[in-house]
Amino acid sequence: MQDIWENYDLFLKAFGLTLGLLVVSGVLSLLLGIFLAALRVGPVSLLRRLAAVYVTVARNTPLVVVFIFFATVGPRLGYTFNSVEQLDIGGYHVSGYFFRSCLALTLYTSAFVCEALRSGINAVPLGQAEAARAIGLTFAGSMRQVILPQALRAAVPPLASVQIALAKNTSVAAAFGMLEATARMKFFINRNADDMVLVFVIFALGYVLIVEVISFGANRFERRFAAAR
Amino acid sequence: MSAPSVLFDAPGPRTRARHRIYSVLGVLAVLALAAFIVFRFYDRGQLEYRLWEPFLTPKFVRVLLVDGLLKTLQMAAVSIVMAVAFGILFGIGKLSEHAWLRWPCWLVVEFFRAVPVLLMIYFIYFAYGVGDGIGAYWSVVIALTLYNGSVLAEVFRAGILAVPRGQAEAAYALGMRKTQVMTSILLPQAVKIMLPALISQLVVALKDTSLGIAIGAPGLTFVGKQIYTEFQNQVQAAVVIAVLYIAANLVLTALATWVQKKFVGERKPLAVPVVGGGTL
Repeated sequence: MQDIWENYDLFLKAFGLTLGLLVVSGVLSLLLGIFLAALRVGPVSLLRRLAAVYVTVARNTPLVVVFIFFATVGPRLGYTFNSVEQLDIGGYHVSGYFFRSCLALTLYTSAFVCEALRSGINAVPLGQAEAARAIGLTFAGSMRQVILPQALRAAVPPLASVQIALAKNTSVAAAFGMLEATARMKFFINRNADDMVLVFVIFALGYVLIVEVISFGANRFERRFAAAR
Repeated sequence: MSAPSVLFDAPGPRTRARHRIYSVLGVLAVLALAAFIVFRFYDRGQLEYRLWEPFLTPKFVRVLLVDGLLKTLQMAAVSIVMAVAFGILFGIGKLSEHAWLRWPCWLVVEFFRAVPVLLMIYFIYFAYGVGDGIGAYWSVVIALTLYNGSVLAEVFRAGILAVPRGQAEAAYALGMRKTQVMTSILLPQAVKIMLPALISQLVVALKDTSLGIAIGAPGLTFVGKQIYTEFQNQVQAAVVIAVLYIAANLVLTALATWVQKKFVGERKPLAVPVVGGGTL
C-alpha cells in the first residue's frame, strides 16, 4: 500500500495508458464498425457477404491471437510500425507497441461494434425506411439521414457494452509489452508480496471505475437522446 | 426492419451495373490484399516447407490437438461447469427476498464482471498459483470461473424471471415450499431457456483460455509457443492456432444454434445481459 501511495504517478500513468488505448481504439473501432455495418445491410450482396465473413472470423478469434499477429507475426513480415515513433502528437511520442495494440484492439472490436449497430438498425421501425424511400432518398441518403441517426440511439446500450468490453480488453496489451494498468499491477504485486490482495483490489477498482463511468454516461446519453417513438 | 431489403428499392438496370462495379472493386481489393500477403510471406521466406513441416508431422499434430486443443476445450468446459454452479448460487442469491443475502451477491457479481480476466489471472497466479500453489492451469480456470460465473449469474436471474409468473403462483397454491418451487418448477424451465446463452458463454470461455499464455498455462497458445521457440516459425504457428480456435468456436456456435432450434423453439434467444458484451 505504502508502495503504491509513494509511486502514485506510476499508478496514474498506467491508467492513463489504459485510457489512451481505450479512447483511440474506441473511436477507430466505432468508425470501422459503422462502415462494416453499412456494408452488411447494404444492397451489394457480395460486399454484404465479405463483411459477414470478416465479422465471423474476428468474433471467433481470441484477442490474444489477434495480438500475436500484430506483435509477433507483423515484425516477422517486416511490419514493426516503429516509424510511428517519429510522430509527435502534442508533445507525446506514439510508441510502436501502442500503435500495434490499437490496431489489434480496433480490428477485433469493430466486429462487435458492427453487430451492435445491426441490432440498432433492426430496432428502427419499418415505416421510417419506407418513408425514406418514398421521398426518393437513395440507400446512402436514407442511411445517413434517417436510419443511422435513429439506429445509433437505439444501439447505445449494446455499444456501451462493447466499449466496456474494450476497456477490459486493453489489459491484454499487458502480455505484449505495454505498461498499462494490468502490467503495472503485476509489477506492484511482485514488489509487495505481503499486500497482494490490496494491490489487486486497488487496480481492480480502477477498472470498475472506468466501467461505471462508461455505463453511467451511456445511461445519461440514452435518456437524453432516445429516439421518440 | 427484419429484411435488409427494406432499406433500398429493387435495383434497376443502371443500379445493378453500378453494384456490379462495386462487387468487382470489392473482390479486387480482397484479392489484392491476399496477393499482397502471400507475396509478403514469399518475400520473407515464410512459405518455405521447412517452417510449415511441424504442422504436417503426425507427432506435432497430435501434440497440437491433444495437449493444445483438447486441453483448451477441457479448461473451458471445467470452468463453465464451475461457473454454472457459481452462477446458480449468486443468481438465486440476487433474487433473494433477504437484503443481507441480495446485496453481497450483487456486489460479488458486479465486481467480477467489471474486472479484466487477465488482471484476475495474474493476481490468482502470483498470490496462490506459484510454487506450491494451485499452478497455472487452475489459476486460469478459477479466474474464468469467477468471470463467467458472474455473467451466468445474470443469465440465471434473467432466465428465472423469464418463466411465466403463473408457474410459481400455481406451485405455491399447491402448497410447495420456496425451495421446492425453485428446484422443481422454476430452475428446470429456466435452464431450457438459458441453454443457448450457456453455450455462447462457452465460446467466450474458450477464447479466454488463450490468456493462459501470459502465465504459461497449458493450452493451444502455449503449445504454439513451444513449437515456435523450437522451429522459429512464429508466423506459421500463429496461423495454425488461429484456424484451430476459429474452427472450434464455429462448431460451438453451430451447436448453440441447433440447441436453440431443437429445445427452445421460436422464442427469442435469451440475450446475455453483460457488462462486457461477454466478449473477450
